[in-house]
Amino acid sequence: MSSPEPVIRVQHVVKKFGDLAAVDDISFDVSRGEVFAFLGPNGAGKTTTIKMLTTLLRPTSGTLELDGLDPTVDTNDVRRRLGVVFQDPSLDQDLTAWENMEIHGVLYGVPRGVRRERTKELLTLFDLWERRDSMVKTFSGGMRRRLEIARGLLHTPRVLFLDEPTLGLDPQSRNQLWTHVSHLNKTEGVTVFLTTHYMDEADRVADRIAVIDHGRIVAIGSPAELKAKTGAASLEDAYLALTGTSIRDESAGAADRMRQMARAWGRR
Amino acid sequence: MSVIYILWLREVKKYLRSRAQIIASLGSPLMYLGVLGFALGPVFARAGEGSYLQFIAPGVMGMTLLFTSMFSGVALLWDRQFGFLKETLVAPVPRVQVMLGRTLGGATVAMLQGLLILVVCLIAGFRPSSAAAVPLALLVMALIAIVFAALGTVIGSSLREMQGFQLVMNFLVMPIFFLSGALYPLKNLPIALAVLTRIDPLTYGVDGARGAFIGVSHFGIMTDVVVLIVAGLALLALGAWRFTKIEA
Repeated sequence: MSSPEPVIRVQHVVKKFGDLAAVDDISFDVSRGEVFAFLGPNGAGKTTTIKMLTTLLRPTSGTLELDGLDPTVDTNDVRRRLGVVFQDPSLDQDLTAWENMEIHGVLYGVPRGVRRERTKELLTLFDLWERRDSMVKTFSGGMRRRLEIARGLLHTPRVLFLDEPTLGLDPQSRNQLWTHVSHLNKTEGVTVFLTTHYMDEADRVADRIAVIDHGRIVAIGSPAELKAKTGAASLEDAYLALTGTSIRDESAGAADRMRQMARAWGRR
Repeated sequence: MSVIYILWLREVKKYLRSRAQIIASLGSPLMYLGVLGFALGPVFARAGEGSYLQFIAPGVMGMTLLFTSMFSGVALLWDRQFGFLKETLVAPVPRVQVMLGRTLGGATVAMLQGLLILVVCLIAGFRPSSAAAVPLALLVMALIAIVFAALGTVIGSSLREMQGFQLVMNFLVMPIFFLSGALYPLKNLPIALAVLTRIDPLTYGVDGARGAFIGVSHFGIMTDVVVLIVAGLALLALGAWRFTKIEA
């Protein structure tokens, strides 16, 4: 199903916290230039997987490969190849958009000339060039998100990780954001690895989707394949067919803990 | 090198932009200098110790350096809260460089604030014994700034929550200030107090500044400078070690 040289290769990866397996033996490949979406309820293991791929966590067992490198060994080389937009904001609000880009460029070793040129190009693309000298604290939620993505792309990463990038944004901002991301995916060939709760977004932008639940991948394929597999009319229905309809969103913390505890006890 | 520089620059830029904060931070030094300096002046003179203003001015500069540099180190908690810390922690650069940029930036900010207080002291009537004494005094001030910016980094990397900040202020920063001899001479202290003042690095900072500025030193400037350098290096090493342990 995947092309001959995947940019991300995950094989039998397990991540345990104590006795609890947050990620339980998952394997998948992501091809170069692909837009790959990771879907799953809260606590399914999405963020844990992203953290392992972005070198912030080490897997308990299994192998990870990113652009041919091992994130647990070649940590800095892997980081240089990644752009990461975290779920929580990570901008300096007391600095301007330009200054945030400058610091990122220096941290990632982008030479001054390239840095300046690319900052201009990216800020223009994300409609932030006019506001480059404004403090980030004066920006709206959508503008901050766009700035974070622009910043994540500054060092021309091979893979861009977006962890719930549209959370809390209005439909206009979401729409605009995905237009930009799709554009960059096509023009720069950057592979995009995203997580989202919005099915319509996954349906619209993703080439392939992996549905993860209870730390395991329950289905993987194109949006059309997932719909066909479950006989559902929409991706939303396909998703519910795969992960069940019990509510985890509203009481994720408690439900998660109960579920994990049940599994922990069951295993003993 | 450029990583240390850009993070240093960040601290300095943010300081220079926060005009309100700069003015607000003049408040307590002015109190100590203006109220204590003049109110205790006659008593101090009668005890045969000379001018209290001359005596307290280096102490007030030391206090400013202590507060400002500790504060910038603990500002790490703000960066954790608002997320920027993560941006620097996941970058493909050695953590030590990140830590050095931040800490030296904090020390520079403290030094700028200390120079501001020096000017205020001069306006209030403080007179260094000679112009030639000033460079050595500035060196001592810079060492104080580095020592406590590094201590701030150690604390900032070890605390997880903002709530710890008040604790640090009341149980670390204030004792360091009050035990430093910034406000009183180190002669004839009760034994317990004498011991405590001697394990406080700021004691040597204030003593060194006093030695340089007005030629009155308890331990001797060489001792002061050596203690400050040793404390600074030890705290920088400890800070670097704590900083590498922060989880992103």
